[in-house]
Amino acid sequence: MIPHPFTYHRAATLQEASRLLTELGEEAKVLAGGQSLIPLMKLRLARPAALIDLNHVPDAAYVERHNGHLHIGAMTRHSAVEESPAAAEIPILHDCAAGIADVQVRNMGTIGGSVAEADPHGDWAPVLLAVGAEVETTGTGGPRTIPMSAFIKDAFTTSLGPAELVREIRVKVPPARSAGAYVAFKRCAPVYPTASAAVQVTMQDDDFCVEASVVLGCVGLTPVVAAEAAAALRGQAITPHAIERAAEAAMNAAEPQADLRGSVEYKRLLVRALTRRALVAALARARGEHVEVSHEYVGR
Amino acid sequence: MSAGSSTVRIRVRVNGQSRELEIEPRRLLVELLREDLELTGTHIGCDTTFCGACTVLLNGKNIKSCTVFAVQADGGEITTVEGLADSEKLDRVQQAFADCHGLQCGYCTPGFLMSTRALLARKPQPTDAEIRKGIAGNTCRCTGYQNIFKAIRTAAGMPETNGDRHK
Repeated sequence: MIPHPFTYHRAATLQEASRLLTELGEEAKVLAGGQSLIPLMKLRLARPAALIDLNHVPDAAYVERHNGHLHIGAMTRHSAVEESPAAAEIPILHDCAAGIADVQVRNMGTIGGSVAEADPHGDWAPVLLAVGAEVETTGTGGPRTIPMSAFIKDAFTTSLGPAELVREIRVKVPPARSAGAYVAFKRCAPVYPTASAAVQVTMQDDDFCVEASVVLGCVGLTPVVAAEAAAALRGQAITPHAIERAAEAAMNAAEPQADLRGSVEYKRLLVRALTRRALVAALARARGEHVEVSHEYVGR
Repeated sequence: MSAGSSTVRIRVRVNGQSRELEIEPRRLLVELLREDLELTGTHIGCDTTFCGACTVLLNGKNIKSCTVFAVQADGGEITTVEGLADSEKLDRVQQAFADCHGLQCGYCTPGFLMSTRALLARKPQPTDAEIRKGIAGNTCRCTGYQNIFKAIRTAAGMPETNGDRHK
């Protein structure tokens, strides 16, 4: 399948890409890893008149830790996050990066592209919301810092301006006794998840939870922040009963749509199970245990 | 107004050989390989980023060449299935797939070989779980994966399973 022709613009810097977006207008699209855009262009569901290629921008891919934050460059491939020792110190980031699609897609797809696309089935947004990440941008109006909670506005819609690009994702390194986990279910490796749950908990000791965040993916037009699920944990001793109540609250917060991946009822039950699993893993990690979780799929 | 380009000159190294080509920017890497360079060992299967038959190595990483524009690979090093054998001698991954009959019809085999090469470069002695994860972008819908597993373990020099299959 052959995409519609387009003119090609290779950006040397993100600032140049921003200038090009201003010049070329709405008909131009930005090419990061291309793992969503290229399939759409091949199906001619997307027919941009111009592409601005970021693949040759130097120094746009990095995972670095300084000043208590993890900094991830927009053009960092998912596999680079997966393999980064710095990112492994925040295991929820590894859970996400290591399970997106398959090896080949992770070797091309970028965290900046994923966040900017804002596909309701994307993996990064719920995780970055759960850890309270910030998006650093570059644009003709100067740099901006946008909290993830204000970044995703709607399905495929962000608060980025018309000539603004994601420059970096910034995640505060969680304090001791704070840990997260991300569990997604998908039908097979290369596809988007059917549902996912990102959980971050901060514990006072092994039992008492002082802060919690529960965010669900794929069950709304944007990631669903399950406030009542978090409230069922915050300021509570975490008993099996509390875990059940949080999972139940997450299920009730989900607003799934029936599609080829499953019915509304099925997806709600899936959310309950995934939230429970993510929570159990996050609690174990907060106690200092090593737990591996990621995307679940048939044949894994 | 930036004019942009309707054709682009790119330079890539393919299987160790430097190649310079003038291409349309919409040229997919798999078309560049198959049509411009006549390296038809890389197959197009689903053409929708699922099956992995078109897998090649770009700077040592396995990628789906049906979902990469050739311009993205400009300046890069590409290895296709044609680049595995040393003249007449198959490389150890190819030899293991042949010895273990690690295929059914064989259409997807070039992609499996490239993903296996990338997997063994990252993890020379993969567990069964790591093998499953490493080839998840190639396992598609036919059967016959037992022999592919055996071939990958054989290529890694450990033909017997390490036993985590039914974990």
